[in-house]
Amino acid sequence: MSATSPTDPATSAKAVSAGVPSLDVDPFSAEFFEDPHRIHEVLREAGPVVWLNKWVVFGIARYTEVHAVLNDPITFCSSRGVGLSDFAKEKPWRPQSIILEADPPAHTRTRAVLAQVLSPTAMKGVREHFTATAAAKVDELLARGSFDAVADLAEAYPLSVFPDAMGLKQEGRENLLPYASLVFNAFGPPNQLRQEAIERSAPHQAYVAAQCQRENLAPGGFGACVHARADAGDITAEEAPLLVRSLLSAGLDTTVNGIGAAVYCLARFPDQLARLRSDPTLARNAFEEAIRFESPVQTFFRTTTREVELAGHHIGEGEKVLMFLGAANRDPRRWENPDRYDVTRRTSGHVGFGSGIHMCVGQLLARLEGEVMLAAIARKVGKIEITGPVKRRYNNTLRGLESLPITMSPA
Amino acid sequence: MPSITFIHPDGRQQQIEAGDGESAMQAATRNDVSGILAECGGNAMCATCHVYVAEEWLARLPAMSDDEDALLDGAAAERRPSSRLSCQIKLAVDLDGLVLNLPDRQL
Ligand code: HEM
Ligand code: FES
Repeated sequence: MSATSPTDPATSAKAVSAGVPSLDVDPFSAEFFEDPHRIHEVLREAGPVVWLNKWVVFGIARYTEVHAVLNDPITFCSSRGVGLSDFAKEKPWRPQSIILEADPPAHTRTRAVLAQVLSPTAMKGVREHFTATAAAKVDELLARGSFDAVADLAEAYPLSVFPDAMGLKQEGRENLLPYASLVFNAFGPPNQLRQEAIERSAPHQAYVAAQCQRENLAPGGFGACVHARADAGDITAEEAPLLVRSLLSAGLDTTVNGIGAAVYCLARFPDQLARLRSDPTLARNAFEEAIRFESPVQTFFRTTTREVELAGHHIGEGEKVLMFLGAANRDPRRWENPDRYDVTRRTSGHVGFGSGIHMCVGQLLARLEGEVMLAAIARKVGKIEITGPVKRRYNNTLRGLESLPITMSPA
Repeated sequence: MPSITFIHPDGRQQQIEAGDGESAMQAATRNDVSGILAECGGNAMCATCHVYVAEEWLARLPAMSDDEDALLDGAAAERRPSSRLSCQIKLAVDLDGLVLNLPDRQL
């Protein structure tokens, strides 16, 4: 990998005029997925703003710039897509999200609805059930001893609580993870991962579209709560299914990779498992720190709505800017010992859930799942050992594992 | 540089110097005030930066938004008339001397 190179003259003209270093790294390649940290460092140290030749976009990998761009949604908009594809030039692969891919004032209204559906008050209603289910899952896994922490824990636990909490039917739930994987691959560039995901998407899209309809959502679930807001007049009857779709797209695979990240951390860093066991009230922070440390959602894009100066560099209107959340979360300018997983760290301010008006609207649900699972582990598990080859799963946006064989022994 | 005082549930007082324009939450996390969690980083989404504003200061703070009001209903500790989210309190010289009481829990 060469750090800089002047390739395509037309595109590098933009890099030259912005005065930013131009890099050849591909953040959507197998090489990157296997070890993003080394390339993150190259990106961060090259400058506050870089140019990525391979995909003809600006990139930012330092905390200050990522945080600033996330918090200036008027200049760095989402309505032209938060993936590489620019909706001003290209038709979105599915009808555009009315929350994630929207700007104020439209975003403000839809956001208020989901923020209420997933509010702290709503969490109190599901907490007890989520806690009991996590404890039962850990008991079951301890009885088995050896298992795959991805399929049997990181996927199994959210699958045992989230679809029910949404109010989904039993049939067809096997479509949920493939659909989410598709959605997160589709934010990436037109590489093989994206193309293949879209080619195979028809059945998953059909399933999700149907489950977003009111008649398929059980009363009392988050899905029905969204539809109830249409009755109240806060959104239209056409908007309700699209907001349910946002929850189905972003609410499952993210927590799978979040919980997977946390278990992988505890398996690799036994001193941190010991610390957590000595004080199970650290569970919630141990999960939060895993989100900072692994950043299950690695990247999102914004599009400039005007010419703008960013860290002294000139960026024109209509440019895509790629934000490296994972790199910002390990920027040594912001974090002490960034490459250390520390369950006692003050994690406030990390951008693993984003920041600003689009900051994850499901963060409380994600934290609830992570906390109760890690609290169950803290109380019941004595030791976690990795017993076989750890395999990474490749996705253009999500960072996580395909397989993590472990043995868990009781406390 | 406004100076603000946090009073812990056990009565312990912690006085810190805030930067101009900083929120009370930011000043607290920067100075490691233990009773402020601020899980959402100041985006008015988590209610884990809950404080009780000292009586004499209450009326001097700007009114709260509907978002803040709704979130406070979900705060872990009891909501009182003096409840505010510290991330929504922007500090300026006119708040020099502000006193904030910490609730017994944020989760
Ligand atoms: C560990 C788990 C999770 C992570 C790491 C995560 C990460 C993120 C990030 C980084 C964003 C910001 C997007 C942007 O700025 O463009 C976001 C937004 C969003 N998330 Fe999450 N998320 C998680 C769990 C969830 C859950 C459980 C749900 C729903 C139940 C959810 C629903 C959403 C929605 C609807 C948005 C769009 C919000 C908006 O645009 O205003 N997420 N998430
Ligand atoms: S820091 Fe989350 S609401 Fe104040």
